[in-house]
Amino acid sequence: MEGGFGSDFGGSGSGKLDPGLIMEQVKVQIAVANAQELLQRMTDKCFRKCIGKPGGSLDNSEQKCIAMCMDRYMDAWNTVSRAYNSRLQRERANM
Amino acid sequence: MRSHSVRAELGEADEAQLQHLVAAEQQKAQFTAQVHHFMELCWDKCVEKPGNHLDSCTENCLSSCVDHFIDTTLAITSWFAQIVQKGGQ
Repeated sequence: MEGGFGSDFGGSGSGKLDPGLIMEQVKVQIAVANAQELLQRMTDKCFRKCIGKPGGSLDNSEQKCIAMCMDRYMDAWNTVSRAYNSRLQRERANM
Repeated sequence: MRSHSVRAELGEADEAQLQHLVAAEQQKAQFTAQVHHFMELCWDKCVEKPGNHLDSCTENCLSSCVDHFIDTTLAITSWFAQIVQKGGQ
């Protein structure tokens, strides 16, 4: 198996693998995939909210809207994340 | 990129630990995937034109949206379970 960024999986040469180093690789790859997902969805939503009839280039109001949209998307993400977490905890408490 | 022989080994204890750690990461990834999904639905319902901050109306809408979606999921799941129990006629 090869690491995602050209690095190895923590083999020390003796053939023994290190779970800690493996997990670091796994976490990085998951984080990268999540960031890609986030950016793709944010771009989609903010395009829909901010761009009316596409003109020659992004005018000032459109650029401002996109900048605010990105921040609001992250705020909304955090709100949704908290709400979901609370709900999960409530469900667990009821089990 | 270097490659390692597939024969590189994990000790038994290490393997068990790794499985445990991977399962934890999987759970976190599932949570994140679900948040993406909620955003897909709830952003459109709750956010008008993006402003300087999210007002409390929008925040409440987003929280409620999550709860309602889960309630809907539970309702449909239990409806389906009844259908299955009745023999799927």
